[in-house]
Amino acid sequence: MTDALIGVRARRTKSLVLTTAIAAGAVLMLLPFYWLIIASTYPSSEIFASPPNLLPGPAFFDNLGGLLTDTLFGRAMANSVLVASIYTILGLVVCTAAGYAFAKFEFWGKNVMFAAVLVTLALPSQVTLVPLFQIMVALGWLDTYQALILPSLALPFGIFLMRQTMQAVPDELLQAARVDGAGEFRVFSRIVLPTVRPALAALAIFLFLAQWNEFVYPLVVLRTPESFTIPVSLASLQGIGTTDYGQLMTGTLLSVLPILVLFLFLQRHFVAGILAGAVKQ
Amino acid sequence: MNSVLETPLAAPSTRPSDPTPPRRRRRRATGGHPRITPYLFLAPTILLFLAFKLYPYLSAFWTSLTSNIGGAITFVGADNYLRLLRDPLFYTALGNTGIILIVQVPLMLGLAVVLAVAFNSLLLKARAFFRMAYFVPIVMGLVAYGILFGALFNSGPGFVNQVLGSVGIGPIPWLIDPFWAKISIVIAMTWHYTGQSAIIYLAQLQSIPGELYEAAQVDGASAWQRFWNVTIPGLRPALLLTVILSTIGTLQLFDEPYVLTNGGPDNATLTVGMYLYQNGFRYFDFGYASAIGYALTLIIAVISLIQFRLFREKSPKEKKR
Repeated sequence: MTDALIGVRARRTKSLVLTTAIAAGAVLMLLPFYWLIIASTYPSSEIFASPPNLLPGPAFFDNLGGLLTDTLFGRAMANSVLVASIYTILGLVVCTAAGYAFAKFEFWGKNVMFAAVLVTLALPSQVTLVPLFQIMVALGWLDTYQALILPSLALPFGIFLMRQTMQAVPDELLQAARVDGAGEFRVFSRIVLPTVRPALAALAIFLFLAQWNEFVYPLVVLRTPESFTIPVSLASLQGIGTTDYGQLMTGTLLSVLPILVLFLFLQRHFVAGILAGAVKQ
Repeated sequence: MNSVLETPLAAPSTRPSDPTPPRRRRRRATGGHPRITPYLFLAPTILLFLAFKLYPYLSAFWTSLTSNIGGAITFVGADNYLRLLRDPLFYTALGNTGIILIVQVPLMLGLAVVLAVAFNSLLLKARAFFRMAYFVPIVMGLVAYGILFGALFNSGPGFVNQVLGSVGIGPIPWLIDPFWAKISIVIAMTWHYTGQSAIIYLAQLQSIPGELYEAAQVDGASAWQRFWNVTIPGLRPALLLTVILSTIGTLQLFDEPYVLTNGGPDNATLTVGMYLYQNGFRYFDFGYASAIGYALTLIIAVISLIQFRLFREKSPKEKKR
């Protein structure tokens, strides 16, 4: 009995040590977020005050007002919301349609095309930076939404994910619908799509996040401040000599806030979206 | 989270046992659908792929064989590549990228394994909360967290230096010293990506059968032996994946150094990705930038292949899958 008691106590001690260590790490992980929130509530001159501010200050709305009137950050937010939303919707359509074709049909050229998808998954996209810029110049698409949206719509990762998921839909289900006289589009939209809803949610979040945070490509094809997305706008704010740190921190916070709120509500789908396909061999 | 990941394996696609009887319409494939159907579903992908993937990759290769002087494009053969081989700045960029890779990837993945084991342990309280706390940095955009870390690691009165100063350390010249600038980037990347890798490992850990641990325990294996002989082999597929993905990602590193240090001080954090961007879009030397892109592709292909081989050779069992 004393042995058992010692066992329980040892277990409790271990549990306490482990939880404390992990909690200490978690503080380090969350501290930057906390500091960002605090920093956005102080004027530029007090952000690096000594000792550091640990409680919210009074200047959040001054920073916000300054950011929206002195810079084009409001415009950048609107651009980002629009571009990321349109990209997500179109990307879902393109990727699910392609994934469906690869998962449920046998056709000439299938293996070659799927191999091409896999190869582009592994190639560094930086190679395409120069040619995409040249294409957009030739089309007169610099500073446009379509320049941001079109090139990565047929996302190899998304196609791969949808193919993997749709392979699980039983063929009998599709055949039955066809026998009942359903057209091919109807089979896709009424039978297949509803059964893969969780994967759709995961892919939607992945697409939205990818476009929302994309930096180097927009940096190349967006030349005028009116067309900037949030990351390009933030980088340009930071780049100017007279950086107003209060405004910069407020802008940084605003760029993360919508995503954080989404994350809190859709945590499960977020994790699935970011990891999808990762564990599958 | 697992529902998405596991569905593909959970229900292997089944062949229809009874082929559909011939339909009225002709030109049908064996599946009972018009032959053209899969091509219609693929049409947008094929068009986008040709225009924005295949053409750019081919075009970049052609561009890498040309030189553009004052708007006149001339074919120069392998000149750009030869210039690259003699370019000390390219080697600097390659070296910086290599150092960040060699320090950051093992550090991050090691931490991630430890975290995953902790997340999987019944001894840990509030597991769901901690998992979220470590995962949440990944949702922050690269530019946003670059700016945030730039402020936190401000070499003068930044928050980190103030905290360190309160225990008598520093001030450390985080972003203005060649050595510490690299460290800053490694710390920032580790903060951003570790939780993601940990969650990947956690998913894999949960697929290791509990009987393996019980059997090891019956055989008298210590916790440490169980970790090396059961946990690590069980994690191998996820380890392979994360090693390759983080290597590919790090070799293309751009956003963090661009925002945090702009490649400085004195090119100490100039990466291959940044060097490509500078040549392409600061000097508009498209030929040279494209050559850097293809050199990078080659490096990534070789390193990924080596890693793949190394991991595969150690685990012949995996081949059965």
